[in-house]
Amino acid sequence: MAGLILEPAAAGCPSGLAQPLPADDAPARDLRAFVRGDAKGHDTLELMVTGAKCAGCIRKIEGGLLALPGVAEARLNLSTGRLRVAWTPDLIAPQRIADTLTALGYRAQPFDPEMAQRNVDAEGRFLLRCLAVAGFAAMNIMMFSAPIWFGEDMGDGTRTLLHWISALIAIPAALYAAQPFFRSAWTALKARRANMDVPISLAVFLTLGMSIAETLQQGKHAYFDGITMLLFFLLIGRYLDHKLREKARTAARELLALQAVAASRIDAEGRIEIISARDIAVGDRLMLAAGDRAPCDGVIEGGLSELDCSMLTGETTPVPTRIGDKILAGSINLTQKLTMRATAVSENSAVAELARLIEVGEQGRGRYVRLADRAAALYVPVVHSLAALTFLGWFIGPALLRAVGFEVADAGLRVALLNAIAVLIITCPCALGLAVPAVQVVSTGRLFKRGVLVKSGDALERLAQVDTVVFDKTGTLTLGRPRLISEIAPDVLAAAASLARVSRHPLSRALVEAAGPGVACADAVEVPGSGVEGAIGGARARLGRRGFAAEGASDSGDGAAELWFTLGEAPPTRFAFEDALRPDAATTVAALKARGMEVELISGDRPAAVEAAARAAGIEHWRAHVAPADKTVRLQELRAAGRRPLMVGDGLNDAAALAAAHVSASPGTAVEASQAASDLVLQGAELAPLVEAIDIAKAAKARAVENLRFSALYNIVAAPLAAAGFLTPLIAAAAMSGSSLIVTLNALRMQFARASS
Amino acid sequence: MTIMAMLVPGALLLGALGLIAFFWSLRSGQYEDLEGAAHRVLIDDDEDKIE
Repeated sequence: MAGLILEPAAAGCPSGLAQPLPADDAPARDLRAFVRGDAKGHDTLELMVTGAKCAGCIRKIEGGLLALPGVAEARLNLSTGRLRVAWTPDLIAPQRIADTLTALGYRAQPFDPEMAQRNVDAEGRFLLRCLAVAGFAAMNIMMFSAPIWFGEDMGDGTRTLLHWISALIAIPAALYAAQPFFRSAWTALKARRANMDVPISLAVFLTLGMSIAETLQQGKHAYFDGITMLLFFLLIGRYLDHKLREKARTAARELLALQAVAASRIDAEGRIEIISARDIAVGDRLMLAAGDRAPCDGVIEGGLSELDCSMLTGETTPVPTRIGDKILAGSINLTQKLTMRATAVSENSAVAELARLIEVGEQGRGRYVRLADRAAALYVPVVHSLAALTFLGWFIGPALLRAVGFEVADAGLRVALLNAIAVLIITCPCALGLAVPAVQVVSTGRLFKRGVLVKSGDALERLAQVDTVVFDKTGTLTLGRPRLISEIAPDVLAAAASLARVSRHPLSRALVEAAGPGVACADAVEVPGSGVEGAIGGARARLGRRGFAAEGASDSGDGAAELWFTLGEAPPTRFAFEDALRPDAATTVAALKARGMEVELISGDRPAAVEAAARAAGIEHWRAHVAPADKTVRLQELRAAGRRPLMVGDGLNDAAALAAAHVSASPGTAVEASQAASDLVLQGAELAPLVEAIDIAKAAKARAVENLRFSALYNIVAAPLAAAGFLTPLIAAAAMSGSSLIVTLNALRMQFARASS
Repeated sequence: MTIMAMLVPGALLLGALGLIAFFWSLRSGQYEDLEGAAHRVLIDDDEDKIE
């Protein structure tokens, strides 16, 4: 990360860690619905910033905003990407703030303030507090335990005094720090289930009780050190696990942020007011500027434009609209201002329908039982029966032995109880609690550095089981942007580009991109739904649909997206476009096949386009014209056939299928809903990290299983020792911290292991 | 043995101070943005004053 502090000359991240986001496709959103006042009398706004990666970004964003008039505070949280801005009311319009961020090369999305409030991670803070208390208690008690372990000549009085001091620290600390385990155990017991926290809670209570009883009788074996240390290690595992889940939850909230978009309502007198999309009523008249996303379903009442429905249907070609046409929530208005009448409110619109499909899909996935929970289901009954057997063995064992003729003295109730509790303490799933989360945290951290965001720990477990990969086409296997493929003479290209520069239409932009920098034709005007018309060198020039720009030209019949251009009396020129594959699409598919996976392509686009993409990427199985609900059906079919599909998709039309898959991934360019529905988000423009993610997931599973096996081995060795009555507080402390360290070190091997390629 | 009457409370007091300091840092939001804090040290916000 050298050269962090560059002068903010170029747009976007000055370290080049993220691509600058081009200003022209930033969604136009009215921010006034998201502004709230604060205690100091400032107006505040919470924004989600994408593209910020380094110190240079912090400086650029905060410096750039503080330079605006009236802005009193701008603070970017780099970990969460959240930016808080406060300013003196009326000195600056909130839109200026978003525009400044866009000009700097970042993208800002407003947060619903009520949702931002709920965003504070209270649970994480509580776990940290518990962790601190357990750590403090463990370290201070160790100070009193070491003299007891090694001071052979210590008198009973001194030892009991040290035990009492330990008890005074351990009892309140353990009762406080074990609260997360008590709560979870109680919830499980109420539902008549047993989880890992049941034996933990039981061990905490029994150990404290037994140690107090021993101290009262001036005994030698008090486990105050062991119990606090156990809680300390377990809480580390719990905190790591929580951090992973919190990331997933934050991502899910962004789906709701998408729905909290503001809308412009036209009232009876023709004035425009800004309302939250949730407040739209059926029958409201709404205004959609070019670049706006429709906030709800409706019917177009005025204006001529084209809609980008690719997020809803996967269809890349923009759809021209007429008055009276239906418009679905989530489609983007491309060229001209439109007015629409709402026919379904936000909760009943197409986007909300998709959100519901996602929810249903995720419930299906909720049936997946995590590796650690499966281990716990096996572990809990075994350990508890072992402790019961130990008690019975010591309590009635001697009498049984005497009955068959051996000379054995009775051990007594106290010794039987002590040994049974010793079994519970030594087998307490300390290493088990760390075995899986430690591996998952190390491997997700490693994938994060490669640009893959893994949103939950069990996603990694599910990814390791994948045997089928289903790709979406538009925006996933392809770049989702049209690219000029026709050979065009440079002077014709330059002339056409001068017309194209006045339009926001995706094909016009692709044409401009192919032509490079130049000037726009001064008197060119956009004819909605048709194209652009202007005069070049005194001759009439037209660029657009065949019927508009090249009357009488014949259809080429290949179905590709096209623009026609005529200048004066010259014959018309055809510009054909295709959606280019991502550069590494074919190699990624080959690498997946080399790993024995079946690869499929499912798209909502035209058969010709899908077939071409499938052939170029090397995929044999493809389906075209697939509706969003049918994508979900296909994934359910695959799962019913016993396969474990990984779905990779980016559009709103993929969101439900993503949720229905065994595990899902989406590229970073995907809509928020799809990113929220998927387990993995690929942050670069490449698909190759997907292969690496599968490799790392498999390695992580191997490490986690190793760790679980080691924990089992440790218990097999240690439990009989405790059952036989050989356990001392020193052995308990050494064995528990030793096993925790070993599983953690084994997890850290993930950090250095080379990815197989 | 009387030395213990001083050392034990002393040790506990130091431990408790550490714990209180941690709680304070947690409450004042120092764990909210660990990544940002690592990067912020690199920002030369005093460069205007050097002239």
